[in-house]
This record gives sequence, C-alpha cells and structure tokens, in this order.
Amino acid sequence: MSGTRIELRTAPHAHAPVDVPLIMRHVIYALLPIVAWSVWLFGLGTLLLILTVTATALATERLLGGEGGERSIRDGSAVITGLLLALTLPPAFPLWMGVVAAVAAIGLGKMLFGGLGMNPLNPALVGRAFVQAAFPASITTWIPPLGAERFTSVAPSTLAPPFLRPEGLAEWIADQRVDAFTGATPLGLFKFDGVITPLRDLLAGTTAGSAGETPALLIVACGLYLAFRRFLDWRIPLAVMAGVVLAAGPLHLLDAERFPDPWFMLLSGGLMLGAWFMATDMVGSPVTPWGVLIYGLLIGLLTVVIRLFGGLSEGVMYAILLANAATPLIERLTQPRVFGAARRKE
Amino acid sequence: MNGESPKPVTWETFAAGLWRENPVFVMLLGMCPVLAVTNSAVNALAMGLATTFVLVASGLLVSLLRAAIPKQVRIATYIVIIATFVTIVDYTIQAISLDLYNALGAFIQLIVVNCIILGRAEAYASRNRPLPAVVNALGMGVGFTFALLCLGGVRELLGAGSLFGVALFGDRFEPWVVMLLPPGGFLVLGGWLLLFAWLRRRRGQAVSVEGGTCHTIR
Repeated sequence: MSGTRIELRTAPHAHAPVDVPLIMRHVIYALLPIVAWSVWLFGLGTLLLILTVTATALATERLLGGEGGERSIRDGSAVITGLLLALTLPPAFPLWMGVVAAVAAIGLGKMLFGGLGMNPLNPALVGRAFVQAAFPASITTWIPPLGAERFTSVAPSTLAPPFLRPEGLAEWIADQRVDAFTGATPLGLFKFDGVITPLRDLLAGTTAGSAGETPALLIVACGLYLAFRRFLDWRIPLAVMAGVVLAAGPLHLLDAERFPDPWFMLLSGGLMLGAWFMATDMVGSPVTPWGVLIYGLLIGLLTVVIRLFGGLSEGVMYAILLANAATPLIERLTQPRVFGAARRKE
Repeated sequence: MNGESPKPVTWETFAAGLWRENPVFVMLLGMCPVLAVTNSAVNALAMGLATTFVLVASGLLVSLLRAAIPKQVRIATYIVIIATFVTIVDYTIQAISLDLYNALGAFIQLIVVNCIILGRAEAYASRNRPLPAVVNALGMGVGFTFALLCLGGVRELLGAGSLFGVALFGDRFEPWVVMLLPPGGFLVLGGWLLLFAWLRRRRGQAVSVEGGTCHTIR
C-alpha cells in the first residue's frame, strides 16, 4: 500500500482538441477569402458595411449576454453571424439598416432563445428576413461589380443618415462607367426579362447581387476546406444541391423556355453561400443521417419552388429558415434504431 | 370574492387595471384588437376609448342588475348588455368619423366578445356595488388604452415616421414596412411584454393576480 496510486477516471478517455471557439475560428478563416473578393468586387462601401454589421453583431451579443456576454463574444460565433449577414446584404445597403439587421439577427434570432446552441433558426438569416420585411426597396437595390470608382468613393446609399431614405444612387452608378447595368441580379434578370447570365460570370461572381453571394467557385472552395477539416457536414450542401437539381432538372426538360437549366439555378443567387455556410449551421440542422438528407433536399426543393413560382426572384433565405423550423420534426421522424433494441412490431 | 362584501373604493380599485392587473401586459387578454388595430396611434386611442366606454357602461349596468340576473343565464345577459353598448359605440364612431370606422373595421363589433369586458362583468361588476364597479372598469379601460397606445405609438413611429398623424422625421423618412404588418404587431407586443416583465421583476413584484379575478376567464 505504499507509493502506488491508481487514478480512476470515467470515459471518454481520448479527447479531440476541437472546441467551439476552434471551429468558429476556422469558419471565420473560410469566410475571409469571400469577404476579400466581395470588397474587391464592390469596393469601399461594402467593406464599411461588413465591418459595421460585424461590430454591431458583437456589441449586441455583448450587451444582451448580460454577465455571460464577455465570454460569449469570445467564442467567435457572433463574428460569423455578422460576417454571414453582411455577405447576404446588398453591397450598397445603408449602414444604418445594416445595424438594424445585425441587432435583429443577434437579438431576435439568437439571444432571445438563450444564445449559442439554442437558436432554432439561423441568426444571420433571421436578421436578413427582418430587413427584407422592413426595407423591401433597399434590400433589392443592387450595384454593378467592378465599378470604376469603387475604391475612391462610397455609394451615397451606404452613408444614408439613420432613419432616412437612401438617395442619389443612380447618379453614383452612372459614374462607375459600367456597360449596360440593369440593376438586377442574374435571377431577377431571368425572372423578369428572360435573360440568362453567362456561366463564367456566375462562377467568378462578376454579377450584381448580395455582397458575398456571387462568386460561386470561391464559396465552394472555402466550403470544401471546412468540409475536409470536418467542421461542416458535407452531406448537407450536397443534399441541397441534389434537391435543386432534382427539382429544376425535370422542369427544364419539360419546358426549357420557361425554366432555366439546373446549372444556372445552382450557381446564381445565394444558393452556394446558403448551402455551404448557412444550411450547415450546426444548431439549426438535423444530426440524424436520414434527417440530414431530407433537410438538404427540402431546402433545394423549396428554393426552386420559390424562385420559379413565387413572387420573389430569390428564395434560398426562406427555404433555409423553413427547413430550420422543420428540423425538430425531421429529427423526430428519423431517429435511428438504438443498437440492439428490438424492431418495432407492426 | 364572496357576494356582497362592501369594499371601500380606494385608489387601488382604480389602479389595479393600470399596472398590477393590466389587461394586456399582465393578463394577456384581448389580444385580437391589441394586435390588429394598433398600426397607428389614432386607431389605438379610438379602440381604447371605445372599449373603455363599453367597459364602464356595462360594468355599471351589470352591477345595478346583479341581484336581478339569474345565475344560470348570467353570461347571456352580460353579452346582451355589452352588445347594447357596443352598438351605441359602433354608430357613434360611424357618425363622428367614417375614416376611423373603416380603419377599425370589424374590431368595433368584436368588442362584444372582448374577454376583458366579459371578465370584468363576471369577476367584478356582478359582485360589487356600482361605484367600485365603475371605478374598476375605468381603471381597466385606461390600462387597456395605455397598452394599445404603447403598441400603436411604436408601430406608427417606426412604420410611418409619425405620431398621431404628425410627421416627425420629414419626408425623407424610410418607413419600416414590417411594423405596419402583422409581424410588427407581434414583435412590438413581445418587446413591451419583455420590458414590463423586466420592470416588474426589478420592483420585486410577483406576477400574481388577485385571487379569482382573471383565473376564471383566461
């Protein structure tokens, strides 16, 4: 009985050095290239918007977090919400509306439900849905990419004083010396004018659209990085894309005039950003194997239905929010059988 | 709450409806008009005053007739009394301002089924003398109007940039469209409930309502 000590421990004995702040940090790293590309495309005003929205998201989290606020901003999840939200807003969105969106995202979408891990819906999308309902005109006002003076001037709408209507954007766009800018996103162009944007532009992101939703190729690359590091479930974006193809493909075969081909549906709008970075939100997505598949297919299907048959030209946001809301039900229906338990008798 | 205890009319008789038993922020009654007609402060005020009038008048009449009303048919009797006063309000508003009448729509007639009024008649007016019944109904009415104004004010301020129809931000104001839509009603109501719950907790008041007054009709 001398000298030998046996230490008793309970399982698990092996620990992976992965915790929430680490995952969040890597998601931020994965978002940074998209942010950089977005600033390159749309200029100084977009950089201001991204910084403002992210700072507001952090401040809201700190303020509403109460005593735990100090700790909860350090895990980095509020930064991600802020970045994602900013990337889904139009590049020349007024800063003050960006502040409203960020407060709604963190306040209504996250803290109200109890903070990180408790939110049933994706906070960034809650923020965007709020400003979509509050400011329908500003959220559908786009600027052309690669404007001539994008690094020397800021769109007047960005700096609109709080509570006032943004004005003078048309003159600013005229100063950008861009050929034939119609003020619509590829999806809008298709829906209202029947024009299909070339795939090359969709892949590189040189189209009008929300700040960070346009460069499809870059988003996939950043998403793949996270998938390889296993910080997101690769089945979800895959299922979303499969859902889009399964819904849009047959329609395209049926009537190629009315319905665009699946490639266009996949690469336009916010689908890539939504599929890789929003639908994969660990809190709002199911964990069961079959549930993930149903969830992803549901998002893809709803997106196509809203885009082709709805009043709006883009539907990824609502599709993901609806699927988030359906997640508890999906998980309930797809509970795997407990290993060793008897099969349920009919 | 047993029969004819002659309670003295105190400040508390009146103030119960303002704060401690506020029909909207504490009892969460009458949600239908609260959410539906509060898209402007004027609508809210008109709805509040109309409801207050019906509350006071029906409270008085129920209290006067409380000995004559058979227990078995009391609810039906209350409804008839309330409906009478609602009809008066209905025609009066129509005569004063047709615009207002159209803005409030069916919600004036729906005052008949407003559970605050029926609740007051059942839980207070039918068990008290006319004076306390009227004072209590007045307090409830003022509390209801206050709550409606809280919602209507915020919604009109953000949704139209004005208050009681007076523009406050000039013509460059960007309206928050969502505030005038149904979701805005729910959001603002939630915000006020949060604020008042927080205030009550800070003052250390338990959220309890005087025995029986609102448990009967919730």
